[in-house]
Amino acid sequence: MVTYSAAGPPRVVVVTGVSRFLGARVASRLAADPRIERVIGLDPLDPPATLASLLEDVQLIRADARAASGAIDDLGAEAVVHLAVAGAPDPQHGGRAAMKEQNVIGTMQLLAAAQGAGRLRKLVVRSSTAAYGASFRDPAVFTEDTEPRAVPRGAFARDILNIEGYVRGFRRRRPEVAATVLRFAPLISSTADTTLTRYFAQPFVPTVFGRDARLQFVHVDDALEVLHRSVVEDHPGTFNVAGAGVLLLSQAVRRAGRFAVPLPEGTLSSVAAVARNLGVGQIGLDQIDLFVHGRVVDTARLVKEFGFTPRTTETAFAEFIEAHRSGSPLTADRLAAAETAILDGIRRVRAAARGEK
Amino acid sequence: MNPEESYRPTLPVELADGVRPGPLNGRRPESPVAMPALDGHRPGEPKSDAIDVWDRRIARGLAFLRRRLAGGYEVDDFGFDRELTDAIFYPMLRVLYKDWFRTEVFGVENVPDTGGGLIVGNHSGTLALDALMLSVALRDTHPSDRHMRLLGADLVFRVPVLAELARKAGATVACNPDAERLMSGGELVGVFPEGFKGIGKRYADRYKLQRFGRGGFVSAALHTGTPIIPVAIVGAEEIYPILADLKPLARLLGIPYFPITPTFPWLGPLGLVPLPSKWLIEFCPPIPTAHLTEHADDPLVVYNLADQVRETIQATLHSLLEKRPDPFGL
Repeated sequence: MVTYSAAGPPRVVVVTGVSRFLGARVASRLAADPRIERVIGLDPLDPPATLASLLEDVQLIRADARAASGAIDDLGAEAVVHLAVAGAPDPQHGGRAAMKEQNVIGTMQLLAAAQGAGRLRKLVVRSSTAAYGASFRDPAVFTEDTEPRAVPRGAFARDILNIEGYVRGFRRRRPEVAATVLRFAPLISSTADTTLTRYFAQPFVPTVFGRDARLQFVHVDDALEVLHRSVVEDHPGTFNVAGAGVLLLSQAVRRAGRFAVPLPEGTLSSVAAVARNLGVGQIGLDQIDLFVHGRVVDTARLVKEFGFTPRTTETAFAEFIEAHRSGSPLTADRLAAAETAILDGIRRVRAAARGEK
Repeated sequence: MNPEESYRPTLPVELADGVRPGPLNGRRPESPVAMPALDGHRPGEPKSDAIDVWDRRIARGLAFLRRRLAGGYEVDDFGFDRELTDAIFYPMLRVLYKDWFRTEVFGVENVPDTGGGLIVGNHSGTLALDALMLSVALRDTHPSDRHMRLLGADLVFRVPVLAELARKAGATVACNPDAERLMSGGELVGVFPEGFKGIGKRYADRYKLQRFGRGGFVSAALHTGTPIIPVAIVGAEEIYPILADLKPLARLLGIPYFPITPTFPWLGPLGLVPLPSKWLIEFCPPIPTAHLTEHADDPLVVYNLADQVRETIQATLHSLLEKRPDPFGL
């Protein structure tokens, strides 16, 4: 293995997907790091107003990866951080076709451009634990070396497998570039807005009957820390990024104070498909696969290599619940109050019965 | 909350008020490790010397319900829900274990008090009740309160509800990564290498061990240097005696066998009631493997060890059968 540490942090960093929640925050953190001279944000869309303030120190180039293929070399980029990976189709921006275009074709073109960039020495790619697929013969805990046993049904999971395939090709062609692939568990925080956070924010949440998936989350701040460290330090390889511990789906629903509505898997799939067509859907095959099989990863490699332990799944989820208290019908406080009331009631009745005797 | 310490005294089922060791029993209104949340709930409690047993039971039951409804419990990476298993699953299985099968256990001192272990048993009985009874046996007779983590066929994890219950009771898919992870974590892992060949065999073949597969369980033990504890289970063969196996129907339904027993399918759901055979379970002395770790991938070592385990179980089965002349006796 070649050592890169002598070179220090890269001076020019290109970040893709800065119009999105994670991309904008990563770019902003990198721009605030004095060791990095220049941060360039690459995105075919303008960042929304809510993210614009984060991106003041970031030089924005509004272009897709194809148009920017020359730019990466011209700018003298030493590191490319690829975060333009969409987790779910966005009906307002072209749906699934656009999602695939961005995820798969976008990655292919970006990596082709990166391959021709002479000064490039670091590549960081956002991946997902969906890369492990979903099969009934899967081990309970995935390590980075676990191969997926079946091609997943979900669009996002298939895109992730394609993206990782392109990164493998890139590693073969440019072995001297340190390529870091980060497989993130679903991101969660008090402000993050993802398919899963919207799911847990509903008062009634559909679940799969007869299944109780094991879930893991990673807090957005920890994801940002890991992404930042992969850019300024050298950690080539593939790493699972997740909070230790497990929450069952039913347990997460209860902790969030929501009501679970168990539906048979087939019914849930068709209901989700109809809802998606109506434009109100939030659940896709990716989520159904997750809810049937669950997904737990081993993060020992991350902790050892990065010297950083993300906060646990339980803590990350607790922070999310704290921010979404409103609209929850069944809180822990109310349950405790009900418990006290019932207990006192029973005691009064029994005391009265004893008194009569 | 640390479930290791606090879940036992808070079970809804009053397990052992009279028998729980402790010098203060009979005088204190609260057990020493009572739920802290309950302390605030008893402001106007009369200062009576007698323990109000029912008050404690109700309080515990309600606290348990509240914890379950609020999601305030913990599960491990495999989905094992310790609290639910001890409070709900084991008490239900104990009825079968004690009253129905009148199970007797021998050699439980051969199971280590701490650290990992691989418990390898013979499999029989059409439905895998022997695996469940073995876990109750270990839970009830072992002095160190150990749970057995079963390895199940992937068929179990395909079926809705069953998959959920199996994971919550501590089982996981029979594969080497899971077995090795559990054993390195110091868990006792239970495995039945005969698989469906064992539970689906006919009554005529009872107590004849079937093939042990490729010995994957041995290589998992060798990789982690975990001792192997063979265990012989007598009694499961008689609970649903398979007279015939309708293979074409089984293939049609996608299950490994379709049993015809004296009661199934003739009596419908009543055919699912197991016959009340007498059960004997014997744990054999552990076979150490720590010195063989470098041979984990040597097929000859693996095969010989698997054979040794198989012979031990078969011999123990014969000696147990001599202790039990009548399968349905007391």
